[in-house]
Amino acid sequence: MRARELTIRALLLGCALASVLTTAGIIYVLFTEALIAIPPEKAFFQEVSPVEFFTGTQWTPQYQEKHFGILPLLAGTFLVAGIAAVIGLPIGLAGSIYLSEYAAPRTRNLVKPILEILAGIPTVVFGYFALVFVTPYVLRPVFQGWLGMEVNIFNAASAGIVVAIMIIPIVTSLSEEALRSVPHALREAAYALGSTKYQVSAKVVVPAALSGILASFLLAISRAVGETMAVAIAAGQSPTMTLNPFQSVETMTAFIVNVSFGDKPQGSLEWKSLFAVAMTLFVMTLTMNVISQMIMRRLREVYQ
Amino acid sequence: MNAAQTSLPLPTAPPVKMPTSSVPPAESTKYLLHVRRRPVFSRWFERGFEWTCAASTWFGLGVLIVLLIGVLWQGGSWLTLSFLTNYDSRHPEQAGVIAGLWGSFWLVSLATLLTVPIGVGAAIFLEEYQTKGWLRTLIEVNLSNLAGVPSIVYGILGMAVFVKMFGAFQHDPQLLEVSLGFTSMQIPLPFGRTVLSGAMTLALLMLPVVIVASREALRAIPSSIRHASYALGATHWQTIRHVVLPVAVPGITTGVILAVARAASETAPLLMVGAAIFLARTPGGIESPADVFRHPHGLLEAPFDHFTALPIQIYNWVSRPEPEYRHVAAAAILVLLAVLQVFNIAASIARARSRSRARW
Repeated sequence: MRARELTIRALLLGCALASVLTTAGIIYVLFTEALIAIPPEKAFFQEVSPVEFFTGTQWTPQYQEKHFGILPLLAGTFLVAGIAAVIGLPIGLAGSIYLSEYAAPRTRNLVKPILEILAGIPTVVFGYFALVFVTPYVLRPVFQGWLGMEVNIFNAASAGIVVAIMIIPIVTSLSEEALRSVPHALREAAYALGSTKYQVSAKVVVPAALSGILASFLLAISRAVGETMAVAIAAGQSPTMTLNPFQSVETMTAFIVNVSFGDKPQGSLEWKSLFAVAMTLFVMTLTMNVISQMIMRRLREVYQ
Repeated sequence: MNAAQTSLPLPTAPPVKMPTSSVPPAESTKYLLHVRRRPVFSRWFERGFEWTCAASTWFGLGVLIVLLIGVLWQGGSWLTLSFLTNYDSRHPEQAGVIAGLWGSFWLVSLATLLTVPIGVGAAIFLEEYQTKGWLRTLIEVNLSNLAGVPSIVYGILGMAVFVKMFGAFQHDPQLLEVSLGFTSMQIPLPFGRTVLSGAMTLALLMLPVVIVASREALRAIPSSIRHASYALGATHWQTIRHVVLPVAVPGITTGVILAVARAASETAPLLMVGAAIFLARTPGGIESPADVFRHPHGLLEAPFDHFTALPIQIYNWVSRPEPEYRHVAAAAILVLLAVLQVFNIAASIARARSRSRARW
């Protein structure tokens, strides 16, 4: 009996370690292909200098004359994520204020499932939506028709808009949790001083929940940076350094997807560049997630 | 409870007559005037703020409606019975999703088979065995970080580990023959661009979701029934197996279904592990449940066959330059959304059952 109990415990420990193994696998794969390889193999950064990689403004791995400067991909990523953040974060926050401060419980019960459905729509569907609806029916009539700007069929703006739609449910549900965890005494004290509802919401509750809101923002931006399919479909595949949202750009994730198509031979420089880009992406999203979790953990301690 | 309902009615400012002297008011009076005037402006502002917030909340629903109507308008008439039974084609009107449907079915089924035992086991370990200590902290931190890793990074992991196996068999790919007595299986090494590679990658993606949901289901069970079981002389594992797990099953099921829905809509990691863009074959050659009896060996071949998946086909059709393929893509999106909706309904049924059953 004792032996059996111990065997089961060991088996379950193995299951739990599977997730640790996944992380270890990700780090091992990214590091050995990008940073330091096991000799005689050579890693990406042993062939291309990190200085060139992080400061170069040309990304042409498929050309005869190869340049590996990640700045165009970073610019594309930040342009799309930036547009998504500018649109998605305020709408998400306003929605969470409404749900936590204004809405009746019945409204909340109605809205929550809708947000869940929205969060469950596959990203490839959002890519289709951006390409087939947002660009021809929203961006082109407004910005090309009225304002006379040239809108490429693949553009960063349409990708940013659909990524914004994707991050709204995240921001709304996480921020609402933070707003609702603000003690009621604070609200009542503010009302007792004669505050209006707007004043209570915007000047008392939101500042009190600020750390939780910031954590949800960080998580949403990290999701926007790591978003792949919608961006690969809608933003295009031209790694240009531009701040024009109506031009075609290429993000880090879109590059990774596009390279994987050609089935590049293992060990070629182009194959390794995939891992260097993926490592940059991984480090960026991980940093944002870790900071976001630290903030959330602190928040939980404060109100308990 | 809502702040709006518990708070007292707001004090309304008494009507104030504005001083109408031609002498400019002193600094302090100016400030008071500002305060007194404010309620008039403020009422509009209050309402505007509430409306803005309400509009933001309903924005999601608006987008959802526009999206559904748009997809229906583009793809509704293309969604026919032959669309469900045809392979992809160079002629848009003959293209269909059968390869993607069966591909997705195999991927998701195998991934679920792989991930559920491991995920539930990990959850049991964390909730019933290792309830404190550094090991638990390590696994917990690791889980919360894994949940935030972009899915494409999982795709890269799957490509390097399952498809290429670190390049171990780069120059001499092997075909491992495994005898099962009545028949034999052929397992390629490395796995290559097969259903199995895709399923294992999806399993890694689903794992954090399944673990988190299972832990919540286990945590919802009060410790008093565990103690009752121990008091009757049951061992630790007997208590888990016969008392805790049966109660936790509906909650775990909900989490698993949601993870399955997520896996079924993943595209990027499957592209990374080499899902075929254009494929006129279902895994193992099984095109209908009847084929399983006609050709049972297909069940063993399927995991090592090439594959495509429904989201991959959508991606392919969206990227085609011919405008007709946009309609084909829309029809495939309708199929995918219908499949996901089935999962969602199943999840909410499981959730309702887990709520109605648990009465302590």
